Amino acid sequence: MSDVSVAQRRSSDVLLPPGEGGAKRRMRAMSLSRLAIHATLILACALYLVPLVVMLLTSFKTPEDIRTGNLLSWPEAFTLIGWIKAWGVVGSYFWNSVMIVVPAVLISTVMGALNGYVLSMWRFRGSQLFFGLLLFGCFLPFQVILLPASFTLGKLGLANTTTGLVLVHVVYGLAFTTLFFRNFYVSVPEALVRAARLDGAGFFTIFGRILLPMSIPTIMVCLIWQFTQIWNDFLFGVVFASGDTQPITVALNNLVNTSTGIKEYNVDMAAAMIAGLPTLVVYVLAGKYFLRGLTSGAVKG
Amino acid sequence: MASLELRNLNKRYASGAPDTLKDIELKIDSGEFLILVGPSGCGKSTLMNCIAGLEAITGGQILIDGQDVAGTGPKDRDIAMVFQSYALYPTMTVRDNIAFGLKMRKVPQATIDEEVARVARLLQIEHLLERKPAQLSGGQQQRVAMGRALARRPKIYLFDEPLSNLDAKLRVEMRTEIKLMHQRLKTTTVYVTHDQIEAMTLGDKVAVMKDGVIQQFASPRGIYNDPANLFVASFIGSPPMNFVPVRPRRQGAQWLAALDSGQARCELPLELAGDETLDGRELLLGIRPEQIGIAGSHSLPTVLAEVKVTEPTGPDTLAFVELNDTKVCCRLPPEIDPRVGEVLALQFDPARVLLFDAGSGERIALGPARSNGSAKKVSRLHPR
Amino acid sequence: MSSVAVFSPKASHGRSTDWLQAWLPKLVLAPSVVIVLVGFYAYILWTLLLSFTNSRFMPSYKWVGLAQYMRLMENDRWWVASQNLLVFGGLFIAISLCLGVLLAVLLDQRIRAEGAIRTIYLYPMALSMIVTGTAWQWLLNPGLGLDKLLRDWGWEGFRFDWLVDPDRVVYCLVMAAVWQASGFVMALFLAGLRGVDPSIVRAAQVDGASLPTIYLRIVLPSLRPVFFSSLMILAHIAIKSFDLVAAMTAGGPGYASDLPAMFMYTHTFTRGQMGLGAASAMLMLGAVLAILVPYLYSELRTKRHE
Repeated sequence: MSDVSVAQRRSSDVLLPPGEGGAKRRMRAMSLSRLAIHATLILACALYLVPLVVMLLTSFKTPEDIRTGNLLSWPEAFTLIGWIKAWGVVGSYFWNSVMIVVPAVLISTVMGALNGYVLSMWRFRGSQLFFGLLLFGCFLPFQVILLPASFTLGKLGLANTTTGLVLVHVVYGLAFTTLFFRNFYVSVPEALVRAARLDGAGFFTIFGRILLPMSIPTIMVCLIWQFTQIWNDFLFGVVFASGDTQPITVALNNLVNTSTGIKEYNVDMAAAMIAGLPTLVVYVLAGKYFLRGLTSGAVKG
Repeated sequence: MASLELRNLNKRYASGAPDTLKDIELKIDSGEFLILVGPSGCGKSTLMNCIAGLEAITGGQILIDGQDVAGTGPKDRDIAMVFQSYALYPTMTVRDNIAFGLKMRKVPQATIDEEVARVARLLQIEHLLERKPAQLSGGQQQRVAMGRALARRPKIYLFDEPLSNLDAKLRVEMRTEIKLMHQRLKTTTVYVTHDQIEAMTLGDKVAVMKDGVIQQFASPRGIYNDPANLFVASFIGSPPMNFVPVRPRRQGAQWLAALDSGQARCELPLELAGDETLDGRELLLGIRPEQIGIAGSHSLPTVLAEVKVTEPTGPDTLAFVELNDTKVCCRLPPEIDPRVGEVLALQFDPARVLLFDAGSGERIALGPARSNGSAKKVSRLHPR
Repeated sequence: MSSVAVFSPKASHGRSTDWLQAWLPKLVLAPSVVIVLVGFYAYILWTLLLSFTNSRFMPSYKWVGLAQYMRLMENDRWWVASQNLLVFGGLFIAISLCLGVLLAVLLDQRIRAEGAIRTIYLYPMALSMIVTGTAWQWLLNPGLGLDKLLRDWGWEGFRFDWLVDPDRVVYCLVMAAVWQASGFVMALFLAGLRGVDPSIVRAAQVDGASLPTIYLRIVLPSLRPVFFSSLMILAHIAIKSFDLVAAMTAGGPGYASDLPAMFMYTHTFTRGQMGLGAASAMLMLGAVLAILVPYLYSELRTKRHE
């Protein structure tokens, strides 16, 4: 329905309406259709925002307030009690996540950049095949490697350690990080590398002095992608970590889904906000790179 | 500067695959300007990459100053290259682009500064030194790319179609500048192009390539006036050489070729030194457009032909007629402006036409002075 | 040219550095090759092997052939999980695609606040499925959630208890998943729409086509690749969905909202049915391949035809 009205707006850009009256009618139809489009878009915005608003409102309420009010009722009095309690429960796990995310993101990005460099600029027999094998990793349902991975971590003495989780995230993040850099570097003219070789630069010099300085946007995309992926991970966290080493997603899930005691929804929501804030902040600050990561991850190869 | 010699050079990408380069033999002296010219896919860029060391060769030798460098990497060959895309390092300033090769070779900073200044002055890019490549126009980028090569003072310069990304006007300007620069610096240069005007104007020597084989290696004048085969004759020259199919007949001691324009017939005497096997065989008569003129001399045979279309280009008028059902271009002086349908009396010197075998494309020698007896192929001209 | 010698490379530059340079790319790639061969492919084979054994709490290598797959086929809970995946996946993909396309087309009409609106549609994608699950569990809470909100707003008879209704709990999962992923589909299609050559639209307008016709017949069909890659991603999300179920319903009530990923986790890691879990994991891989292989095949074929 809104499409029909759009038609008139667009065609009016190109075709002049026949007469005066026609023009007026068209103008009215046009603004009506514009209104409909804007209304639809704004309504959708509201719907998308509701869960976030509800989470925030609930997190600032008292349990009493939650029982008497409703999802969208304004808190009787803003209280930080939920946030304080939530931080008490999930705070240490928050730092666990940080300890996992930082090294895992950095290592997998560095490896991805080097892999992408080799796979685009220094191809050799079999390198394309390897890239194909690696790409499949983007689609791998991780359930299929959980058991052997946990045996291996056990053998290495890394079960239930932060190091173990870092390792797992590096290994299974490699497919995407390599893809990002490889896809960027194939768009870089090979003549640059040739010129640098004639200038006397070697493998690492070409990478460090010429390609890396060009890759800032790709590095951002990769860092942000890996950060969201690893921060938001639950499967590896719940399988490969226990107790003190769990990441925040696992801690949040444990908090929310324990059946003992009275449910404190304000604490649940505050904890969920704490778990969600780092990625939300990154998204708001660097949404451009976040989107680019999603789309280039989508349009594979 | 150094001399460059390629001996029996071969390149194949995979065993079993066809040769990309086959038995390449070339030699230029120190300070000479060599042009590699040919249609795209003829192997000229591959050959250049092999000389640079960016691609390994499968056989033969590459001698720089008499020393075989075939086994060494690009950085040890002391060669600089100007790329078609310029390949300027996008994150570095012009100054750093020019200095990069020197830094890699651990040249002292003071010398680097001197070199950059020298090159910038030479190419008049002093005001651009602190800019990034993206802030430069195409012509400026081109200069910087040349500057980067010049700063290194390498043994050999390689140019890979350096002008093909410039617009027509700038291309002519830069062509002249490259020539001036070469006359001043006397650098040994290998220059790849598919533009036959660049080939003719710039080179001391020209190697015409096709399908990985050198068709002819000679001076530009030699290539133009004395092409080794049909391919070279048709590739060099603009507008291209006309090829009229003829079947020469022997009449007494003379060979005659019939030309039919639809309006008239003409028997063209050929100074053909051939034997009986040529009688009635299909040959191609090669005539350059500027060799055809309006009849004026009594000693030359005249062909009457109707003008089909004219193209006044400014300096010339190109008139197209048909001879033996083939379109023939005549380059006439600009003051001659024939109407379409007008019949012109055309003349050309039978002694200056070229003859090619229609099947093999090989050149067939003309003139009793040049050969006595059977028709022979003109051998490929390899100045050794 | 007096200073020629200064810049010439030293002749003593040995072949050993050349050799190292030639091998460096391979050396750099080597760890990743090992990682991929072991961490991806050897592990898949290992899981395959386990699925043919009677491993329970600990891996054992007693060969039982296809017995675990047989058990899986007879397992009621597996069938519920698979059926749920079909319903959940089908609805999730269809609704996300429709919503995403609609929002993208609307946003393509030169909306002034486009950037801000886009940001709002896409932000759920930045959140963990666990956070999403927690939020929606609360939103759909029977008694205190949406239920109460609408009654407070005057809709006296309104009841909403799908979250605890075994027949309808899967639709709750769909709602949360659509909320999370539809903005992403919108972003993909919006990028695709921006890539459509405007002269095609002009040509169609000159030919007298109306805008809905232009979108339906010309613009959207030209976005076929975007459509397929969205489909791929959504299907992939659906098959892997584990966190959302874990956080929102934990598979409940009973096992009414189980999905294969949840089934695999529960049997492998909490119920000591490692062999059965491995078999279910292999079937999940099979499902991914069943979608991936035809997609890649058609991709490659069209690329060759171009």
